[in-house]
Amino acid sequence: MIPAPFAYERAASVEDAVARLARHGEDAKVLAGGHSLIPLLRLRFARPSVLVDIGRVPGLDGVRDDGELSIGAMTRYCDVEASPLVAEHAPLLAAAAAEVGDEQVRHRGTIGGSICHGDPASDVAAALLALGATVVVRGPGGERRIALEEFFVGFLETAIARDEILVEVRVPVTSAPWAFEKFNRRAQDWAIVGCAVLAGSEPRVALVNMATTPRRAPLVEEALARGASAREAADLASEGTEPPSDANASAQFRRHLASVLVRRALERASR
Amino acid sequence: MELRLTVNGAQVSGDVEPRTLLVHHLRTALGLTGTKVGCDTSSCGACTVLLDGRSVKSCTVLAVQADGCEVTTIEGLADGDELHPLQAAFHDHHALQCGYCTPGMIMAAVSLLRERRPLDDAAVRRGLEGNLCRCTGYRGIVEAVLAVAASEDARPGAAGAAVAR
Ligand SMILES: Cc1cc2nc3c(=O)[nH]c(=O)nc-3n(C[C@H](O)[C@H](O)[C@H](O)COP(=O)(O)OP(=O)(O)OC[C@H]3O[C@@H](n4cnc5c(N)ncnc54)[C@H](O)[C@@H]3O)c2cc1C
Ligand code: FES
Ligand code: FES
Repeated sequence: MIPAPFAYERAASVEDAVARLARHGEDAKVLAGGHSLIPLLRLRFARPSVLVDIGRVPGLDGVRDDGELSIGAMTRYCDVEASPLVAEHAPLLAAAAAEVGDEQVRHRGTIGGSICHGDPASDVAAALLALGATVVVRGPGGERRIALEEFFVGFLETAIARDEILVEVRVPVTSAPWAFEKFNRRAQDWAIVGCAVLAGSEPRVALVNMATTPRRAPLVEEALARGASAREAADLASEGTEPPSDANASAQFRRHLASVLVRRALERASR
Repeated sequence: MELRLTVNGAQVSGDVEPRTLLVHHLRTALGLTGTKVGCDTSSCGACTVLLDGRSVKSCTVLAVQADGCEVTTIEGLADGDELHPLQAAFHDHHALQCGYCTPGMIMAAVSLLRERRPLDDAAVRRGLEGNLCRCTGYRGIVEAVLAVAASEDARPGAAGAAVAR
């Protein structure tokens, strides 16, 4: 299907994008890689009257190391996956990016878009939760930093205001063992369930598609901190979650998958 | 809105509605009907073209997002009457039956051959995950891509061949 009509504006800078969003109010949407938004426009589930394209804003893409990894919002999955800095300092993120969709999707989709869309099935969101990432957003009132943990509010709902732009994702560098597990039935599909593990002295575990938002599994983390085995800890993976039931899997099957995937990931990360 | 593209090496410009998908612009305004539409869900890859050298699903890109960029479609591959090596290999390895998936499959393979070396059976299958074929069972497609990879690797001093990401 073809999207309903909208006006298209290309932002020249972050400030320009913010000003345009403020001017157009509720009816405007940011366009990044478009790989969540354009499918929604085509189905006419979304009908914004203005799209503000941030795809040409200089300085919004690329990976830098300034003590932490600083990843520009417009950095595409394929470039996250191929970045030597990400491979060295946050290989868990590279692995998650490599699991998104297919090559064509990874050539277009961006790390910022994946976070801002707020999809519970986002692979990189779970990896970034496990890595303890922070996002930097810029709006009319200036810049603020939000721990990713606090960013996801509800289904496709985040803490970013309508006139704010996510400019950067900040990821603490780590050499801790890690693992990413994704279960789906067909190669290019979204995760039915997935999980990201960052092991080490304070293990962190995050789940894909087990609630209305990407989320951590605090009970698993606490059990590991108490010295529980991978199996014992993984049994707690679905505690407190609200997995969806849909055509791909029942909530019950998702709970089962969560325990299995968390156990596998913990075992792999401890090898 | 005014749109300028370089399509298969030629500059083209025209007026588009912002909601026009790149695939529709290519097919309808530019008459390049080699690129197909196979689904409504960004899943099938029949619409794959190269945007600045990288494979994309042109049903999931707005034409205006491609403004100023280079687009390569299946029509841009052959050199006059001489087929592109992938086109020839698809022919030789029976990598198509109805042919509907073929333009997208070949464009995805062009991108894959550029970006991911070395390629083995599993890597080709993974690299073509975004392209569905209802007819062939994929065997011939994978063989065709591997054959091109092998012949490029065998070419003495082939600069492009050893490029790995
Ligand atoms: C066929 C297909 C398969 C896919 N499979 C997977 C998968 O397996 N796993 C997975 O995780 N994802 C998958 N995706 C989704 C993909 O990851 C999207 O690219 C991503 O979710 C959105 O990133 P984007 O840059 O395309 O954002 P867009 O679609 O441009 O934007 C998404 C939303 O975020 C907002 N936004 C984007 N960037 C910013 C910013 N910098 N500041 C403020 N707001 C912003 C937009 O306004 C919009 O609401 C798939 C998509 C497709 C089409
Ligand atoms: S037409 Fe099916 S992915 Fe584009
Ligand atoms: S040859 Fe018919 S869909 Fe692939």
